[in-house]
Amino acid sequence: MEALIVAHGLQKYFGTFHVLQDIDFSIRKGEVVCIIGPSGSGKSTFLRCINQLESIEGGYVSVDGEIAGYRRDGNHLYPLSDRDVARQRQSVGMVFQRFHLFPHRTVLENIIEGPVGVQRRPKQQCAEEARALLKRVGLAHKADAYPGELSGGQQQRVAIARALAMKPKVMLFDEPTSALDPELVGEVLGVMKELAATGTTMIVVTHELGFCREVADRVVFMDAGRIIETGTPAEILENPTNPRVKSFISAVL
Amino acid sequence: MSDTRLADPGQFVVVPRRKIGTKILALVFITMLVLLVRAFWLGDIAWSYVGENLFSKAVMAGVVNTIIMTFCAMALGILLGVLAAVMRMSDNPVLRSVSVGYIWLFRGTPALLQLLLWFNLALIFPTIGIPGLFSLRTVDVMTPFVAAFLGLGIQQGAYTAEVVRAGILSIDKGQTEAALSIGMTKLRATLKIVLPQAMRVIVPPIGNETIGMVKLTSLASVIQYSEVLRSVEDIYYVNSRVIELLIVAAIWYMAVVTVLSIGQMYIERYFSKGWGATGRKETAPAPPATIEEAV
Ligand SMILES: Nc1ncnc2c1ncn2[C@@H]1O[C@H](COP(=O)(O)OP(=O)(O)O)[C@@H](O)[C@H]1O
Ligand SMILES: [Mg+2]
Repeated sequence: MEALIVAHGLQKYFGTFHVLQDIDFSIRKGEVVCIIGPSGSGKSTFLRCINQLESIEGGYVSVDGEIAGYRRDGNHLYPLSDRDVARQRQSVGMVFQRFHLFPHRTVLENIIEGPVGVQRRPKQQCAEEARALLKRVGLAHKADAYPGELSGGQQQRVAIARALAMKPKVMLFDEPTSALDPELVGEVLGVMKELAATGTTMIVVTHELGFCREVADRVVFMDAGRIIETGTPAEILENPTNPRVKSFISAVL
Repeated sequence: MSDTRLADPGQFVVVPRRKIGTKILALVFITMLVLLVRAFWLGDIAWSYVGENLFSKAVMAGVVNTIIMTFCAMALGILLGVLAAVMRMSDNPVLRSVSVGYIWLFRGTPALLQLLLWFNLALIFPTIGIPGLFSLRTVDVMTPFVAAFLGLGIQQGAYTAEVVRAGILSIDKGQTEAALSIGMTKLRATLKIVLPQAMRVIVPPIGNETIGMVKLTSLASVIQYSEVLRSVEDIYYVNSRVIELLIVAAIWYMAVVTVLSIGQMYIERYFSKGWGATGRKETAPAPPATIEEAV
């Protein structure tokens, strides 16, 4: 099957610091890929490049055949307007480490902001869909609460519902459980497992190796701005051959 | 040591500290105040003129004009301030430079000078308009009201821009990124997500500036705009009761400022409660019982 997201020869610099070096990556529709690796290795930056929250200095990222940030005409790439970039981002859902719900909006308003405000779909219908999503993440009773009234785990589940409401082609998760108290991690991972089981295409940056083992189709290991290993969970997690992967995994476990 | 340990708590009596310093200080200030009031009372002030003019038609018209100018100039200032702040934070270097230039220019010169420039614009541009479409005589357009409105509003915008910018900067960048990630444009994210949250930081200083504006409008008296100071001046040019009439103006300024200060207090209370995490519970629309359950 054709790849949904492709990164090819991706280069990213912060000033003179070469954060992402020649990244080649692809994910097919319905696939779940976990990205693991030490802190500072560029995992978040890679996700942010896919969603165009960072500029890139070389190579390209494409989402469902469209090159991110550009319109292609033969071999010429023309930069897209702010509006067109925003349109491209609609097909990529993102869940952040620290949730970033809109504190001045209720849970329901957070979820319908995108479908109603951006996609201009009928409010009635979007509210119904939002309630269905809330039910799916186990928060049907919190529709009218404000984010500040929810626990971290609940906020993160709302954030997942908010991203899903846009009906994205792919969901990106940047350490979605790292800011949570240990007892709240499970409820978020549970929602993510359900998403994976129902065919959602997902890229998940995480330190939860148990989750990777159980859910991932592929695991990607990043270190110092490079992808240095890719394989099935069994290959990467159970019998790592690369010494850096080996030492990372023994450190995390 | 053992003495304290064995003591029964009931046997201690706390002797209040004698606040002699405070009492002396209060006495000094009260004396000064009495002397001051006495001086004014015995001074050559014809208080009857104050009473006569306080609610006179001309003075009342001036008060109304002062209030109108305060709100018009602040409205223009806030509009320009938000615009300049958003432009200043844009990715577009042209918009950014325009905003920086605007703030630099209009904060860099005194408000009075700007009023005079606007009012005297006819000296350099006898007519204004779009060549071929229409043309107006500048003296007809640049009335005292228009000159004061532009002069005060535009310079206020330069200050407000900095206040709005500080407010925007106080909001976590993650809010913008979350908004972008659900497909908002940067402009929409700023207007719909960031600015409403920034209000909490922006509103108190704007309240302050509005109070400042009440008094700043007095500058417009110089260019013949009949706000309250101009009104009392017109009266004392005729009857020479300068101090009496200035007292009339002072009373009105203080009245307006007092009313605004009270309003500001309520607005601040509203915004410091709102938006944020738990404080919102009190203002949430749902009945308290439901919220208690939910928590
Ligand atoms: N905005 C930025 N400016 C400069 N350096 C950055 C910025 N964001 C991240 N970095 C640096 O880039 C490297 C990769 O960061 P990141 O992608 O967040 O790593 P990870 O998510 O794998 O922990 C880190 O060394 C980090 O300090
Ligand atoms: Mg990270």
